[in-house]
Amino acid sequence: MAVREGLLALLDAGPRVGHQLKTGFEAATGGVWPLNVGQVYTTLDRLERDGLVATAEADGQRTYSITDAGTAALGAWWEAVGGDDPPPRDELMLKVLMALDRGPDHALAVVTAQRTALLALLQRRRRDQRGRATDPAVGGEALAAVLVDDALVLRAEADLRWLDQCEARVLQARR
Amino acid sequence: MTVTDTLAPPEPVPPVDAIRFLDVAKTYGSGDNAVTALAGVTLTVAAGEMVAIMGPSGCGKSTLLHLAGGLEDPTSGTVVVGGRPVSAMTPSQRATMRRRDVGYVFQRLNLVPSLTALENVMLPLELDGIPTRDARDQAREALSAMGLDRLDRYPDDFSGGQQQRIAIARATTGTRRLVLADEPTGALDTANGDQVIELLAALPARGAAVVLVTHEPRFASWADRVVFLRDGRVVDQSEADDGGRR
Repeated sequence: MAVREGLLALLDAGPRVGHQLKTGFEAATGGVWPLNVGQVYTTLDRLERDGLVATAEADGQRTYSITDAGTAALGAWWEAVGGDDPPPRDELMLKVLMALDRGPDHALAVVTAQRTALLALLQRRRRDQRGRATDPAVGGEALAAVLVDDALVLRAEADLRWLDQCEARVLQARR
Repeated sequence: MTVTDTLAPPEPVPPVDAIRFLDVAKTYGSGDNAVTALAGVTLTVAAGEMVAIMGPSGCGKSTLLHLAGGLEDPTSGTVVVGGRPVSAMTPSQRATMRRRDVGYVFQRLNLVPSLTALENVMLPLELDGIPTRDARDQAREALSAMGLDRLDRYPDDFSGGQQQRIAIARATTGTRRLVLADEPTGALDTANGDQVIELLAALPARGAAVVLVTHEPRFASWADRVVFLRDGRVVDQSEADDGGRR
């Protein structure tokens, strides 16, 4: 996702002014993507140039609204699915592959170091989660923050599983 | 002035190690058929600490637990449980240690199907000579701490997650201060697995040491420390480096 898709998604709910879009974007993304005002207006200018957003002046304020072309572009973005051909250039994956190029022992050392660091991160997050009560009825911005947290934990778990798999395969190949 | 005013302040009590492995090696078979499960492991688990053991298949995780519980002897090195070397214990002392000091939680639940939940937890207490009434009270308390009720039901009447909670209650009743858990979530779905690990992770606050063998990072992350084994050796350890314990 780029900022433009995020702004179109917010405008799909109704016309907004610039600072509403900035705060709305930051709240909707769970606080993981702070924007500066300049970024917002630069992006809105490009969206207007491309015919995806229209502007209107009222009471000295410029209000932005989504156009039909903007709605179509947004619809296409909702439906698009990230592909894996070619595979994404994942930093951890590439690091292990480069290490393997230097030999199995180096690969195992890198796998071990990465896994230890990731698990320590997971332990810290688990401890943080335990330190705060989870309200199942959580909603709005709080829900977004919880979902961000879930994503980080589950991705760390997936990376750890992959590192385990790397270790098993490297050990098997070495025997 | 009272009597207590004249007494010297109490000496600080050093933390007690629940279990220590000192350069422990274990080899199965001999000659060309020899398989090294552990190749010199030194590891200490303190009372009030939860340690997870991770590593690929055959790395020696389960062997470590068997040695900890005195179920097997090391080929070399020393295993010390509660300050006493296991190898120096007579078979009778070892049996007493297994009954009285160490609790086991396995992937397979190992509950006696013909005994009720309450009777399953009472069983090791009564075998240890505790009067039935006291055993019943202790078992009821342990099961209640696991959030279980209607204890006159048989294991098959409980869900898999509830059965594992009965097993944890059994592993923690009486004077047991060392809980050895070998893939205790292996037969459970994620939600029940989380509940079981949460209960295990609460035990250190009550003074018990927990050694958890798991291949799931999700569950290992509950531990104070995660130890990685490979080819029978400790290759690394991770801690939540926030400088504090729960």
